[in-house]
Amino acid sequence: MKKLFFAFASSVLFALGLVVSGMTQPAKVVGFLDIGGLKNGVSWTAQAGFWDPSLALVMGGALLVTLIAFAITPAKGRKPWAANGFSLPTRKDIDAKLIGGSALFGIGWALAGYCPGPALTSIFTGGLDTITFALAMGVGMWVAKHWVKL
Amino acid sequence: MLQSILSALVGGLIIGLASWLLLASLGRVAGISGITAAVIAPNKDEANDTTWRLVFVMGLIIGGLVAYQFFNVPAQTPRPFWLLLTAGLLVGFGTVLGAGCTSGHGVCGLGRRSVRSLAATCTFMGTGFATVFIVNAITGKAML
Repeated sequence: MKKLFFAFASSVLFALGLVVSGMTQPAKVVGFLDIGGLKNGVSWTAQAGFWDPSLALVMGGALLVTLIAFAITPAKGRKPWAANGFSLPTRKDIDAKLIGGSALFGIGWALAGYCPGPALTSIFTGGLDTITFALAMGVGMWVAKHWVKL
Repeated sequence: MLQSILSALVGGLIIGLASWLLLASLGRVAGISGITAAVIAPNKDEANDTTWRLVFVMGLIIGGLVAYQFFNVPAQTPRPFWLLLTAGLLVGFGTVLGAGCTSGHGVCGLGRRSVRSLAATCTFMGTGFATVFIVNAITGKAML
């Protein structure tokens, strides 16, 4: 029960952060990826044709916290509040799957302005577009899981 | 402008805190693509531990619904069906193949100072920039 409570609290907080930061707005994400827009200038409100730096600040703000979090929290002899131990990724190799998958993800991310978090967070507020994207994303995940055997 | 800058920064800090909360409580990385994919198609290791993941996904959806009641979020003009379908398939397939997305590799992976996540983040940022650049060059106007 404790475990489920924390999972829920964390994701509700995550969703709040995504909404506050503006990252559930595809125009702001695509506006960040549109470096060509720099020739017209900067727009913090995702004006089409301009570069929107917001995403860099969002990442920066989040990293400020996670850099501290991962440096101090998974210490030796310490246990998480609601689990027997830390289950963190251990791989260090850079392989073709990592790069190829990330490359495909980047293309889809730029085409729609959605990555998985914002798509789920705004699935019922973004209209049919968001639902379409999220369902297709689920299918893509299913196919990859069964095909790639991870 | 100042409000947008502050929103981005504060929103980012909240995202970081949410990731910290999951790390401190469940000892796990808040990788949304990994968690979601494990709900949709759990592998052997994930199959007996899906409940918290399902709750996490529900929390995102419910949290989003609630947050939208309190913040004035501009609506996005509708886009073609095929575009969203293609983009969704690429994001779903790509994040599973690449073992992470903006949250798992970007926010948590870079926070863990993981070399894999740095490589992944540079790659999806790179193809993201390139995609918008190419689409805009072909269509002769800004995508959004």
